[in-house]
Amino acid sequence: MMEILNSNAEILARIQFAFTIGFHIIFPAVTIGLASFLTVIEYKYLRTNNPIYVEIYKMWIKIFAVCFGMGVVSGIVMSYQFGTNWGLFSDKVGNVIGPLLGYEVLTAFFLEASFLGIMLFGWGKVSKRMHFTSTCIVAVGTLISAFWILSANSWMQTPQGFEIKEDGLLYPTSWMDIIFNPSFPYRLVHMILAAYLTTAFVIGGVSAFYLLKNKFVKHAKVTFTLAMLMAIFIAPIQLVVGDYHGLNTLKHQPAKVAAMEGIWEDEKGAALRLFAIPDQENQKNHMEIAIPKLASIILTHKADGEIKGLKSFGVENQPPVAIVFWSFRVMVAIGFAMILTGIIAAFLYFKKNIFETRWFLYWCAALTPSGFIAVLAGWFVTEVGRQPYTVYGVIRTADSLSPVIGTQIAISLAIFIIVYTFIFGAGTYYILKLIKKGPVVGEEEKFYDHSKQASLVNSINKS
Amino acid sequence: MIDFSNFLDLPLIWGLLIATAVFLYVLLDGFDLGCGILFPFAPSDSCRSKIMNSIAPFWDGNETWLVLGAGGLFVAFPPAYSIIMSAFYMPIILMLVGLIFRGVAFEFRFKSHSKKQKKIWDTSFHIGSILAALMQGIILGNFIQGIEVENRAFSGGALDWVNGFSIITGIAMIFGYALLGSTWLIMKTNNETQTWARKTAKYVLIYVGIFMSIITITMPFISERIIDLWFTIPNILLLAPIPLISIITFLTIYYDLNKSAEYRPFLLTILLFFLSYLGIAISMYPWIVPYEMDLWQAAAAPTSQSIMLIGITIFLPVVLTYTGYVYYIFRGKSSEKAMY
Repeated sequence: MMEILNSNAEILARIQFAFTIGFHIIFPAVTIGLASFLTVIEYKYLRTNNPIYVEIYKMWIKIFAVCFGMGVVSGIVMSYQFGTNWGLFSDKVGNVIGPLLGYEVLTAFFLEASFLGIMLFGWGKVSKRMHFTSTCIVAVGTLISAFWILSANSWMQTPQGFEIKEDGLLYPTSWMDIIFNPSFPYRLVHMILAAYLTTAFVIGGVSAFYLLKNKFVKHAKVTFTLAMLMAIFIAPIQLVVGDYHGLNTLKHQPAKVAAMEGIWEDEKGAALRLFAIPDQENQKNHMEIAIPKLASIILTHKADGEIKGLKSFGVENQPPVAIVFWSFRVMVAIGFAMILTGIIAAFLYFKKNIFETRWFLYWCAALTPSGFIAVLAGWFVTEVGRQPYTVYGVIRTADSLSPVIGTQIAISLAIFIIVYTFIFGAGTYYILKLIKKGPVVGEEEKFYDHSKQASLVNSINKS
Repeated sequence: MIDFSNFLDLPLIWGLLIATAVFLYVLLDGFDLGCGILFPFAPSDSCRSKIMNSIAPFWDGNETWLVLGAGGLFVAFPPAYSIIMSAFYMPIILMLVGLIFRGVAFEFRFKSHSKKQKKIWDTSFHIGSILAALMQGIILGNFIQGIEVENRAFSGGALDWVNGFSIITGIAMIFGYALLGSTWLIMKTNNETQTWARKTAKYVLIYVGIFMSIITITMPFISERIIDLWFTIPNILLLAPIPLISIITFLTIYYDLNKSAEYRPFLLTILLFFLSYLGIAISMYPWIVPYEMDLWQAAAAPTSQSIMLIGITIFLPVVLTYTGYVYYIFRGKSSEKAMY
């Protein structure tokens, strides 16, 4: 009986982790991007004094606040879940990744939380410049936070800089090796660009919606242009970064790459499977559609380069192949759709009718949630692909669990699903309402009540 | 590798740091949870808006101390983190659910325009605050009673946390936070809201007194250690100031609530919390997983504690400075106008 409960406990704990972190990651992804976007908008306002930027800022900061609030509450859950469900993992690796998370709280969380207060409620209470500084600090805070959490995550993928002593615990030997572990730089850049692209497509989609409805056209043109600039420049860079990230994974986690590509046998000149139904039980694919040699060319940059198949890692060391295989394809497909959007945008820009091409605006509106799907798919690839380990090659998932009984995890999972569905539903409802309402035009007077006087004093002093 | 362990007692320093972070959390989130607990009893909608606005710029930063508490425990005492989180599994999950409901209520309430929707988030704010406070009190009550451990892992039952003493500490926590909340509101509001807050604080204070007495009387019966600690000579003489000053503080708050003092009730409530916290901390020392693992047995590697201590020494003063700055910017009485 106990054994059945425990085997259930592992899968329940994994589902709970996937669910809570999957829910959580959506919000940092959009707040990282939005914070930088708001910084740019407020900077433009300070430079030009054009009220249109304030109106854009005031609309998007409301959406930012809702997302940030949901990110905070779902993030607090994460900081406890390591202990509640993954107690043995926390005990074993606490020495190594504890400080990384500690530094995240100290250098990022407080910064974001405190200055967000000024960003949201400080209008009229601080000078324009101080308000802009707060926006910048929040934006930098989101990036610092990404730095530490991705360092910790990358260490779990490519662990180094530690030793295991006789008590079975991990002890640090070099902090530089731990923080700057081999997969960290690639994952950090990949994730930050992903956050920027996610936000760009949300902003682009909403702006396209306004242009189609012929509402807030002046504002929408500004934000649509910014979004398309991101699609034109960042989307192709992301492809290159992703490729480097993949090569890094091949070097350090070859089983994950084999699962991403659906390769079971060791192959020279491996084909790129466009479609397949991986069958883990029989260790093969069904209904393959493949391009010969392409996987080897992409991964080894040689037509007959050898790629190790899943079988040579042993069945007990394979990740769940189908999830990794398909998530990867979803992510890549969306990536190419984003690049295509950039190309079309550049083309329409030179034809000078980007704001009037209705089919393209519909296309952009349809792509509004694309970044979220790509981010989630990407995390599925990297996290599920790390299985059956929590710390790759060092600690197995089965040896990471708390000694809590399965029923407790089942109950808490049910609670989280109900609560998150309700909260997420309400959050989405309010965000859609804010989008429908759009920017409030002509309220600039109220924006900085007190700072008006301050800037008056400044201008007198200057003259 | 940087290692301060040959000249610093790292586990002791970390024990003090985490105790400080948890105390700051209790104070800071305490007053905004308290506002949530009292929320529906406010006499009018404009009072409720003032209450909400008085804490909206701060709640997020306040809750970050809870993350620092958990994070600090993970960094400095990994086995304690893993044992405590497993032992208090359900109360922690329920506390988090409470914090979720009250946390989102801020943003959602500002964005609701119909009365009905506002009502939903007012309720969510109120119930969430009570749930979080109750669970924190229950966790404290169980912490005082001790945790069963075998082989560096929790070995008790899933429902061990439901017991008479912990229910009492849970309810005491609700009243304690309500006192912090009401005295905060005396300081941050005026007119109708302030009058109401003053009246409420008086009621709440009486309950706080009752529950504090019950807990103080029952605690020695829970463990002989506590009797030995508090009721032997010379300890009884050294520790006597704590209950004595508590009683004086309590009476002064009551006196102040009948006068026109605006700041002192809140500051004295902080002192009252500090004295209770100190009393509990002295009783629990040196246990981090009572009564199985002490600070030194649960300590992380000295190198891990050292590297984080550097971070704390550099960043904690910075954090405290800008936290103070934010409180300074939003000083003065709260208004009922929507702020953004």
